[in-house]
Amino acid sequence: MTSPLQQKLKIAGPSVVTANRTWDGVVVYRTAAKGWSVELTDAAIVRNSDEAKALLAEAVADDVGAIGPYIAPVQVDDAGKILPGNLREQIRRDGVTIDLPV
Amino acid sequence: MYAYDEIDRTLVNERVLEFRDQVQRRLSGELTEDEFKMLRLQNGVYLQLHAYMFRVAIPYGTLASNQLRALAHVARKYDRGYGHFTTRQNIQFNWIKLSDLPDALADLAEVGIHAMQTSGNNMRNVTSDQWAGVAPGEIEDPRIWSELIRQHTTLHPEFSFLPRKFKIAITASDHDRAAIKVHDIGLKLIKNEKGETGFEVLVGGGLGRTPFIGKTIKHFVHGRDLLSYIEAILRVYNQYGRRDNIYKARIKILVHELGIEKFSREVEEEWQHIRNSSLQIDDEVIEDIRSRFIYPAYEKLPHMPDELRQAAADPDFEAWRKNSVAPHKVQGYSIVTISLKPIGAPPGDATAEQMDALADLADKYSFGEIRVGHEQNLALPHVAKRDLPALWKALDKLGLATPNVNLITDIIACPGLDYCSLANARSIPIAQELTRRFANHELANLIGRLHINISGCINACGHHHVGHIGILGVEKNGEEVYQITIGGRADENAALGNLIGPGVKFDEVADVVEDIVEAYLALRERPDELFMDTVKRLGVEPFKERVYATR
Repeated sequence: MTSPLQQKLKIAGPSVVTANRTWDGVVVYRTAAKGWSVELTDAAIVRNSDEAKALLAEAVADDVGAIGPYIAPVQVDDAGKILPGNLREQIRRDGVTIDLPV
Repeated sequence: MYAYDEIDRTLVNERVLEFRDQVQRRLSGELTEDEFKMLRLQNGVYLQLHAYMFRVAIPYGTLASNQLRALAHVARKYDRGYGHFTTRQNIQFNWIKLSDLPDALADLAEVGIHAMQTSGNNMRNVTSDQWAGVAPGEIEDPRIWSELIRQHTTLHPEFSFLPRKFKIAITASDHDRAAIKVHDIGLKLIKNEKGETGFEVLVGGGLGRTPFIGKTIKHFVHGRDLLSYIEAILRVYNQYGRRDNIYKARIKILVHELGIEKFSREVEEEWQHIRNSSLQIDDEVIEDIRSRFIYPAYEKLPHMPDELRQAAADPDFEAWRKNSVAPHKVQGYSIVTISLKPIGAPPGDATAEQMDALADLADKYSFGEIRVGHEQNLALPHVAKRDLPALWKALDKLGLATPNVNLITDIIACPGLDYCSLANARSIPIAQELTRRFANHELANLIGRLHINISGCINACGHHHVGHIGILGVEKNGEEVYQITIGGRADENAALGNLIGPGVKFDEVADVVEDIVEAYLALRERPDELFMDTVKRLGVEPFKERVYATR
């Protein structure tokens, strides 16, 4: 499998690096402080492929902290709030779109 | 029930210790994810959208009540209070933490349950008819042979690194409830003219990106030669199966590309080398396995007990009995299917409370035994007919007496984009909406047998190719789009569905299915002409016209 760092990165707009936390699998986002946050609003935004590659490289290096990092599209509204860029990322942020059977 | 011996118990317990060490090394950073991934997959641990997913094997769909309680315990203690029964007689937990997995596995090991080979490129859980051992007219209990294959292939080094995953299903009835024609190897138990037990062997079936119906490679393989013949197939696959392209790595592609004649010649040649080896099965081995299946001490009961006669006055009970109760091979007993498809609920899910309560009901009414079917329903295989009214009342209280088995709301659905990292579109909300649209049981009964299968991506975990109505979710320009097929089926007459036209949007799917059903009701020749028969008689066109005339 091709490493994420060797893949061609095409950034169509603002993006973040997201992954799952290693010990529990929870969705996390790479922050500008070189850490991980469970809040999308804390995520570092990248806007071109060089920035994206650099942030992804940093995330991949933290193999103990989180697994499967990748670049995900986001939208940034007028107030600067970061929103998921597609349904998949919306579900990862907000959880399932159904009521859990409990 | 099958009683594990000391070898099985040791294997399962040692596996837990091994995995505990692997998890510890992963969490400490001693193992990288690249190094750990294959190890976790071989223990049924995937990474999904929100969390790790833990898949637990239920060999040939047979569970003891204490095992079901252990699954409820795992759901409650380590997950979010429920589990999801899959189309391959497994159960999945969607929210488990990696750090908790060794403890969860250890708890399951206490009752002989494990997750070995529920993922990875190896021999997966050997599945069978959920009515095995109790269905009238069955040749013999297919689980004996399933167990033989399970023992032979579990952690078998030659089959632990196949080109791709490998699935076997076995049936012993004329009506195929195990979907053997869409498995890598499908086995049908038969008798030859001498009355000897053997198998019709099918190979190269499968769904996913490139679906194929399995082809008969040998019309009769004697039972004593079963392992050597399967091994010959696996050796040919291991040698020639493609490892360079994951999408072309399943045996179905190899069979298709070589052609069944050439493939079978290769298998035959390989088989001649190993047929008379230690792989030949002694009768004693089969008898030993047979002896470890503990069958209930059935009572001599009347065909029509008073309790059942009296309860027949209750129309709700009768509706459930007619729908969910099937004949048993022993007089006075029934097989009860428990629908895990309540109206508006995710197909195949059961809460920990439901699992615990079902375990109690199994103890009370079914000799402590539960079965799991590939349609994502459960069954109690040994219910005395006199107990049916009491069982129905208890199931109803648990929300588990929906009389919709094999009807339009008995939907197979994969977890879809709500959970799965491979999915492109949601499956569960589509299923939920469809069950609401067809919630009226009179309407569902009027429609008759109709299977809707939904997958959230081309990998087809929801078996959409073989749904009478199949629904495949894809992503197009950032939106969920659903392709609809009709005419598929997974039984002894297995067939792949045909596309009826362009994909439709998420909120149009239920309308389209309603149109298809309305067309069927208008087109069928008589009330007992099933949907599949109407589609077979008329083809796709009339349905296509109905759906797309106004779209």
